[in-house]
Amino acid sequence: MTVESTAARKPRRSAGTKSTAGKTTARKSPSTDPELVQLLTPEGKRVKNAEYDKYVAGITPEELRGLYRDMVLTRRFDAEATSLQRQGELGLWASLLGQEAAQIGSGRATREDDYVFPTYREHGVAWCRGVDPTNLLGMFRGVNNGGWDPNSNNFQLYTIVIGSQTLHATGYAMGVAKDGADSAVIAYFGDGASSQGDVAESFTFSAVYNAPVVFFCQNNQWAISEPTEKQTRVPLYQRAQGYGFPGVRVDGNDVLACLAVTKWALERARAGEGPTLVEAYTYRMGAHTTSDDPTRYRGDEERQAWEAKDPILRLRAYLEASNHANDGFFAELETESEALGKRVREAVRAMPDPDHFAIFENVYADGHALVDEERAQFAAYQASFATESDSGSAAVSGGH
Amino acid sequence: MAEKMALAKAINESLRRALDTDPKVLVMGEDVGKLGGVFRVTDGLQKDFGESRVIDTPLAESGIVGTAIGLALRGYRPVVEIQFDGFVFPAYDQIVTQLAKMHARSLGKVKLPVVVRIPYGGGIGAVEHHSESPESLFAHVAGLKVVSPSNASDAYWMMQQAIQSDDPVIFFEPKRRYWDKAEVNTEAIPGPLHKARVVREGTDLTLAAYGPMVKLCQEVADAAAEEGRNLEVLDLRSVSPIDFDSIQASVEKTRRLVVVHEAPVFFGSGAEIAARITERCFYHLEAPVLRVGGYHAPYPPARLEEEYLPGLDRVLDAVDRALAY
Repeated sequence: MTVESTAARKPRRSAGTKSTAGKTTARKSPSTDPELVQLLTPEGKRVKNAEYDKYVAGITPEELRGLYRDMVLTRRFDAEATSLQRQGELGLWASLLGQEAAQIGSGRATREDDYVFPTYREHGVAWCRGVDPTNLLGMFRGVNNGGWDPNSNNFQLYTIVIGSQTLHATGYAMGVAKDGADSAVIAYFGDGASSQGDVAESFTFSAVYNAPVVFFCQNNQWAISEPTEKQTRVPLYQRAQGYGFPGVRVDGNDVLACLAVTKWALERARAGEGPTLVEAYTYRMGAHTTSDDPTRYRGDEERQAWEAKDPILRLRAYLEASNHANDGFFAELETESEALGKRVREAVRAMPDPDHFAIFENVYADGHALVDEERAQFAAYQASFATESDSGSAAVSGGH
Repeated sequence: MAEKMALAKAINESLRRALDTDPKVLVMGEDVGKLGGVFRVTDGLQKDFGESRVIDTPLAESGIVGTAIGLALRGYRPVVEIQFDGFVFPAYDQIVTQLAKMHARSLGKVKLPVVVRIPYGGGIGAVEHHSESPESLFAHVAGLKVVSPSNASDAYWMMQQAIQSDDPVIFFEPKRRYWDKAEVNTEAIPGPLHKARVVREGTDLTLAAYGPMVKLCQEVADAAAEEGRNLEVLDLRSVSPIDFDSIQASVEKTRRLVVVHEAPVFFGSGAEIAARITERCFYHLEAPVLRVGGYHAPYPPARLEEEYLPGLDRVLDAVDRALAY
C-alpha cells in the first residue's frame, strides 16, 4: 500500500466516526420519538393527534372493549400454544407475546373484502380475520403446512420464508386494481425481513404500479438474535421515501394508534393513492420461537422496560379510567379466556395424524405421472407389511 | 388454418390467442411490452392488448415471479418471461419455495396457473449467462411442470396447454431454434402436453432428446442412415413429468438408448432417464444407456461452445459406442 493511499484513508475514517457520533444510534425509546404516532400513552392516557384522531373518532366503548377482548384472547391462545409445545403437543411455536396491539389494531382496520398476507406470527391478525385459532396449530403440530382455506377469510397461509409474501401481496393488489375493486391488501413482515430483496422489490413494484397495498412492518426489535441495528442504518419507515410513498412509524403497543394509522393507510390504498409503509414499533417479549433462547443475546432490563409499555395493560388502564368497562366485563373475559385455552388444548390433542397417502395429495392440480407411480409403489410397499401378518389377498386389495 | 411460421412467431401467435380468448391471461416481463421482448416473442402484443395485460416490469426477476403468484391468487393466469436462462436465479426462491409448493401447502385450495417462459440453451454465440440449460434444477422440484418444445407447431400448442394448466409450468424455449420455420395448424387437436412423440421410427437404437437437441438428433439419424444404421428419434417434449412409457416402448424395440441434452450430463435429465429405463428395461438392453451433454464446467465463452455442446460427431460417437456392445 502506498503512503498516499494510507494518508487518504485517514480523514475519511475520522469523518465517518464524527458523523456516526452525531447521530442517535442507540435504540430510541418510542415515547421520545417525535415521529411516533401515539394515541394512548403507556399509562393509558389518551393523547390528541391532529392527523389520526379522525380515524378512531367514532369508536364506541363497546368497540374499545372488543379490542381489549381480542388482545386478551389472542394472548391467552398464544400462551396455550407455548404450553402445548412444552408438553410435546406442538413441534414449535412462534409466540406473538407483546405484539398484540400491532396485530389487533391493524387486523381490525381491515375490511372483509381486504386481503391479508401474513408471516408465521400473525396469530392476532388471523383472529381478527375469523380464522379459527386451532387451524393455525396444524402446521406447528406437523399435521399439515397450512390448514385453512385462504379464500374463506381472505387470509393467506402463513409464509415461513420471510419476505416472500410481500411480493404476493403486491401482485394480488395489482390484480385488485386491474379488477377495479375498491378493496385493499395488507402485507405483514418484520424488521428482519426488511433486509430481504423481495421486500425491496415489492416496494418497487407496488410504487411503480401504484398498487393498493399496505406494508405493515412489525419492528419487534429482534430478528432471532440480531437487533434492528443489524438490519438498517435508518428508521425502517423512512425507507418508503426512497420508493416514493409515505412511511409512518406508529407505537406498535398502542392498539388505538395501530388501528387509526392502518385505517388511514388502507383508505389511501382504496382511494387509488398507492402503497404505504407502516412501521409498528413494538417488542417481541418472548423468544423468537420455542426453540430459541433469548438469554444468550439480550438482557432482562430491556424486557422490563418494554413490559411497562404492555399493550394490554395500557388499554385496560384507559378503559378503567374512562369507565368504559366494569369488573363484570373483566371477570367474564377471564372465564372466556380460560374456555378458549381449554378448547384449543383439547382440539390440538384430538388432532389426528394425516393419512400416509397425504404425502402424494395436492402435489399438482392436474396430476403428474411420477407422483401417481410413486404413490402406487408406496401403496405396494405399505401393503407388503400387511402381507406378513394378515392374509395375503386382503393385503393386496388393501394396497390398491 | 395451417401456416408456416418461425418458432418465436408461433409462441407469439399462441400468446395472442390466449390473450384474446381469456381476459385473465397476462403477459409480463422485462421489455416484453414496447420492445416486444429481446427475441421479439411478444412483438405487438402490448399494442393490441394494452399495458394492463402486457406488462413491462421492473428489472427484478423475483419480483416478476412473486407478483405473478399474487396475481394468480387473485384469479389471473400470468405468463411471465425471464429474459435469459442465466437470469432466472433471483426468481428461483419464489419458484421453488412458493410457486411450486403453495398448491400443496393450501391442501389444494389455491391454484397457481403461472407459466414461466425461459429462452434457454446455447449455440448463438452469446456472452456469459445467456446460453445455459437449467431444466434439471426445476424438474427436481415437485409441484413444477417442465416442458420444452422442439418446433414451431409444438411451441404453439404446448404454450396453449401450459397456459390452460392449473399447475405452474416452466416453459423452456430453445432460443437457437427461434427462427426455424415449420407448419403450424392452429385448428389441430393437440396431443397431451406431457406425451413424447416419435419423430422418426427406427430399429437399431433410440435417440431421446427435447428442445434444441431434437433437430440435432434428426441430423444424427440421417447421418447414421448413410452408414446403414436405422435410428429412432424421440422428442420427449416434457422434462417433468417425463413420458417414460414412450421411452420404454421404444427401447424394448431398439434395445439401445442414447439421451442427448445441452445441460451438463452430471445430475442431468439423462441420468434420471438412464436410471429409470435401466430399471424398466433391464432385460431388453443390449448396452448401457449413454448420455451426451454439457460438461461439468461453467458454460464456456462463445468461441468454445461448439466443443462444449453436443454436436453431430459427439452424438454419433455415442451411437457407435452403444452399438458396439
